[in-house]
Amino acid sequence: MEKVTTITARTVVLPVENVDTDQIIPARFLKATSKVGLGSKLFADWRFAGDGAAKPDFVLNQPAAAGARVLVAGDNFGCGSSREHAPWALVDYGFRAVVSTSIADIFRNNSLKNGLVPIVVDAATHAKLLAAPNTEVTVSVEDQTLTLPDGTRAKFPIDPFARYCLLNGVDELEFLLSQEAAIAAFEAKRG
Amino acid sequence: MKPAGNAKPRTMFEKIWDAHLVRAGSADTPAILYVDLHLVHEVTSPQAFTWLREKNLKVRRPERTVATMDHSTPTTPRGRDGRIPVLDNAAAIQIAALEKNCADFGIELHALGTKGQGIVHVIGPELGVTQPGAIIVCGDSHTSTHGAFGALAFGIGTSEVSHVLATQSLLQNPSKTLAVTVEGKLRPGVTAKDLVLAVIARLGIGGGTGHVIEYRGSAIRALSMEERMTVCNMSIEAGARAGMIAPDDITFEYLKGRPRAPQGAAWDAAVAAWRELPSDEGAVFDREEKFDAAKLEPMITYGTNPGMGIPISSAVPEPENATAAKALAYMGLQAKQPLLGHKVDVVFIGSCTNSRLSDLRAAAGVMKGRKVADGVRALVVPGSQQIKAAAEAEGLDQVFRDAGAEWREAGCSMCIAMNGDQLSPGQYAVSTSNRNFEGRQGAGGRTFLASPLTAAAAAVTGKITDARELT
Repeated sequence: MEKVTTITARTVVLPVENVDTDQIIPARFLKATSKVGLGSKLFADWRFAGDGAAKPDFVLNQPAAAGARVLVAGDNFGCGSSREHAPWALVDYGFRAVVSTSIADIFRNNSLKNGLVPIVVDAATHAKLLAAPNTEVTVSVEDQTLTLPDGTRAKFPIDPFARYCLLNGVDELEFLLSQEAAIAAFEAKRG
Repeated sequence: MKPAGNAKPRTMFEKIWDAHLVRAGSADTPAILYVDLHLVHEVTSPQAFTWLREKNLKVRRPERTVATMDHSTPTTPRGRDGRIPVLDNAAAIQIAALEKNCADFGIELHALGTKGQGIVHVIGPELGVTQPGAIIVCGDSHTSTHGAFGALAFGIGTSEVSHVLATQSLLQNPSKTLAVTVEGKLRPGVTAKDLVLAVIARLGIGGGTGHVIEYRGSAIRALSMEERMTVCNMSIEAGARAGMIAPDDITFEYLKGRPRAPQGAAWDAAVAAWRELPSDEGAVFDREEKFDAAKLEPMITYGTNPGMGIPISSAVPEPENATAAKALAYMGLQAKQPLLGHKVDVVFIGSCTNSRLSDLRAAAGVMKGRKVADGVRALVVPGSQQIKAAAEAEGLDQVFRDAGAEWREAGCSMCIAMNGDQLSPGQYAVSTSNRNFEGRQGAGGRTFLASPLTAAAAAVTGKITDARELT
């Protein structure tokens, strides 16, 4: 995994609660055997009409959203299925962080393994972000802070080990493999 | 359970957690948990096997890994050659990839067309590999189903699939515990599906986030294993990664004699150990929600997440915010509108929530001697090849066929709409599956989640109907 330390980028605002993984990437695109190119299917049914034409009303299709790398969404983002295709699609599209007032458990775990920073902020900060789309924000994984242009700095929680992995570009699997002796001892003890 | 000696009372979750600690958590690292059973299917595993190959790794414990194919497989009837044709090229590639991966890494596979094939959460219990006290994972959020046996079972992403394949272990932080206590007796016509839809309606789709649910109380104890699976299956629809029910004689009776359950003296020893699993008296849950079973009604959803459920005779509630209003617009429904009598285009009876023999019997009981209403398409999709055979042995397939419903091969079918079974844009379905998200059953499709009884009643009337009113 590549190191993720600081992200300075503009936001795009999707003011919808309970955005589920079926919206992030519909199941019919899960027949892939690699994770390459899923960004083109991100939010497919919200972005595109049945004939494939871009829906102009959808926020990602608006010119101002071009280049935004921080997605600000309503409460309980990423609920539903365990498909890691959801963070794969977001990352492939260009997102580096997702901000909400809560983020579903499996989606959060999957995001952290793909360098997509899941950021849970307080309601006041969230309201500010929702009210001001296309704002440039700075995310510091080291300090666990999200900073707005007006100087507002919100602290966000992150599991210490996940933070270490992001900052150092460590793959969790490498760590687990390094624990082989402990795993073997556990297996021997259990018989 | 009374805790031994002066030990601190523990919940079942804590007992299973403690028994699987390869390494306890610290300030710097999460706990490392050992995984007893890893279930694998074709959709969330191919990338994990690719990474194993790239890193030159083996599957650490292939004998603790069981694979099947269910999500992208068609459920269309077999051809004259007895094979199930896979017409979708991408699905065919994915299915072939799982066959190769299982062959190369020495993993037991219940392939399409074989007797053991079925929805991954249906075949685990059928085989007897799903056992009390185990940690069970799968790249699928409905892995919570297996918690019905007193296991800690939860969905993982594909990265974690690769972790478990390579190390049989996972890095995990402990969840909070939520006791959902349901006392009393369900009334006739009110099912386990209605019970869990009522729980989710109260908790909300995110209400269980960060928690493992333990379902308790006399109404839960009275449920059969198949009903318990329905309840635990939908824990994730309240945001809880896992749901669990303490094992008891109903659990042991279900498991005894299954192909992979312990046999002989090992069985007796296993049962003795399993009897120690239930939460201790005085064990503290982080939170509790109580329900009165006698007050529950048949439930149905009206919106675009499973938390948007109401008693079937209720009217659609006023939207409390823009997201709820968006859901009603998608569903083509108005606030204060009754759902009873709303037209239905498709009825889907199946999925890891409600595709077991008792579900099919319930649906057949409603459909026997009746016809599927004009203009309605009804699909009945058994959860596994074994269930299909058992249903055929007692003539349920003929009941469905005589009514004019489609009797299909086993798989996820229209629950996930990535296998050819799907709604057309705008169609309304009453579905026994677990998710009513926008487009979940096909782009533009609109889903009402309900029990097999309610689904069968909708099939024969062509509209949303309280099955108790059918005479």
